[in-house]
Amino acid sequence: MTESTETLIEIKNLTFSRGSRKIFDDITLSIPKGKITAIMGPSGSGKTTLLKLIAGQLKPDSGKVTVEGLNVHQLSRKKIYQLRRKMGMLFQSGALLTDLNVFDNVAFPLREHTKLPEEMLEALVLMKLQAVGLRGAKHLMPSELSGGMSRRVALARGIALDPEMIFYDEPFVGQDPITKGVLVKLIKTLNDSLDLTSVMVSHDVDEVMMIADYICVVSEGKLIAQGTKEEMLKESTGYVNQFIKGLPDGPVPFHFPTVSYVEDLTSSNKSSLL
Amino acid sequence: MSLLVNKVQNLLQSLGKGFLSNVEAFGRGSLFMWSLLLAIPSVFFRFDLLLKQIYVAGVLSLPIILMAGLFIGMVLSLQGYTILVKFSAEEAVGTMTALSLLREIGPVVGGLLFAGRAGSALTAEIGLMRSTEQISALEMMAVDPLKFVYAPRFLAMIIALPLLVLIFNALGVFGGYLVSVSWLGVDSGAFWSQMSSEVDWREDVVNGMIKSVAFGFLIAIVALFQGVNAIPTSEGVSNATTRTVVHASLGILGLDFVLTSVMFT
Ligand SMILES: Nc1ncnc2c1ncn2[C@@H]1O[C@H](COP(=O)(O)OP(=O)(O)OP(=O)(O)O)[C@@H](O)[C@H]1O
Ligand SMILES: [Mg+2]
Repeated sequence: MTESTETLIEIKNLTFSRGSRKIFDDITLSIPKGKITAIMGPSGSGKTTLLKLIAGQLKPDSGKVTVEGLNVHQLSRKKIYQLRRKMGMLFQSGALLTDLNVFDNVAFPLREHTKLPEEMLEALVLMKLQAVGLRGAKHLMPSELSGGMSRRVALARGIALDPEMIFYDEPFVGQDPITKGVLVKLIKTLNDSLDLTSVMVSHDVDEVMMIADYICVVSEGKLIAQGTKEEMLKESTGYVNQFIKGLPDGPVPFHFPTVSYVEDLTSSNKSSLL
Repeated sequence: MSLLVNKVQNLLQSLGKGFLSNVEAFGRGSLFMWSLLLAIPSVFFRFDLLLKQIYVAGVLSLPIILMAGLFIGMVLSLQGYTILVKFSAEEAVGTMTALSLLREIGPVVGGLLFAGRAGSALTAEIGLMRSTEQISALEMMAVDPLKFVYAPRFLAMIIALPLLVLIFNALGVFGGYLVSVSWLGVDSGAFWSQMSSEVDWREDVVNGMIKSVAFGFLIAIVALFQGVNAIPTSEGVSNATTRTVVHASLGILGLDFVLTSVMFT
């Protein structure tokens, strides 16, 4: 990157495995302050895992993650919870608290961390719900919401405390074209008006291209490319091109790593013949 | 020959692995319990959470405790009466019912029912909260699940069980009264006066309460630990729920023997 912008999140030589499978192998990347950074990569490549590593919910095997100059994985329990107050996270599944209705879910972080009077709290919550188009759903329980609606409620909850950085895990999945458009605008407006740092995991190339300032592509445990949107668009070969154009064949594998297809078929043939 | 060596090697390996994973589980269990105990004081600043959990664990277990207490008291006095009447000591049936309830049956049966009703529910709840990433989401909202979820539930169970056992015992004595006095015609005055002169506050009532606190502690630890360590799938959660009931029940029976031998000999 050629920028002079400040770095907010820095990942250095990060290695992380699940069992014997290496999810990340020596990844180094940095996320600039005040911009929208998109992390792209095939399904199962570890994008969600990367967000959890940044937030300190998972511990890396080696390497370090620094957020605002603090090494996330060496912070005390108290310090990491202080840091997380500045973070908002939209989970892939929504992860709403199932015993609270929509309104209370969005109000939850406000009630836990502030002592706002009830009228002000209500105004704030309704504002956030209005932004995601779900003010009318405030009395519904999470079990009465569709997947896309849950995620929008989760988004409203994620921005309730006006965090300094926000992580979106697949914000556009399961949304209709209109909602997608609104969400794209919302993410952009939030980022610009509140001076947020946004990290967005997404497969939706079109939406990403509309709003992302920076793009990182991960695959097979490696960081394949990193740069501004313009730099990425210029790239006409290899992984990035394949990913951005959505071509099935190319350097990015579509299949989960395993033995060769032929080998698998022949070995199962053998055992069924025996 | 080498086949045999191989087999022995494999056996040793799996033994070692099993041992290590048990040691690891024990270590994780102790660490979890330690951090849980450290989080307990925070509950006193969040009475709303505690009250809600006492409602969930205690009040919702009331129906089964009431029914069970009544029937067990009735059966106890019926059996007691048929034996005692042979020695013309049927007036002691009240004492017998009350003592067996207070010392053993109340805490043990109450504990077993509580493990099945509230312990299993707790494990399933925590397991599902984890599998639906609610615990993760709490962590991300800078709300410590240890203080917000685990500690209030833990404390609520320890508080709820002794209260439920008290109610169980009272209902049991009432059931005994119904059967022996109202039905079988034991003298009501004798029933009560013998009971109140024979039952000792410190020896019987307090010891029974100590037992039920210990069982509450045991059930809470087992249920929480199983919930937190459940594999976050539907099968994993259902297995963990079963394990909670089995481990907690066996634990209660074993611990009861230990406590009885310390308290009543
Ligand atoms: N709890 C877990 N235990 C073991 N392996 C896991 C676990 N969670 C994820 N994995 C593995 O880690 C890899 C990365 O998972 P992750 O959820 O980060 O993928 P992702 O890039 O977010 O995929 P998607 O785009 O489908 O959401 C997956 O291949 C999966 O096999
Ligand atoms: Mg994911």
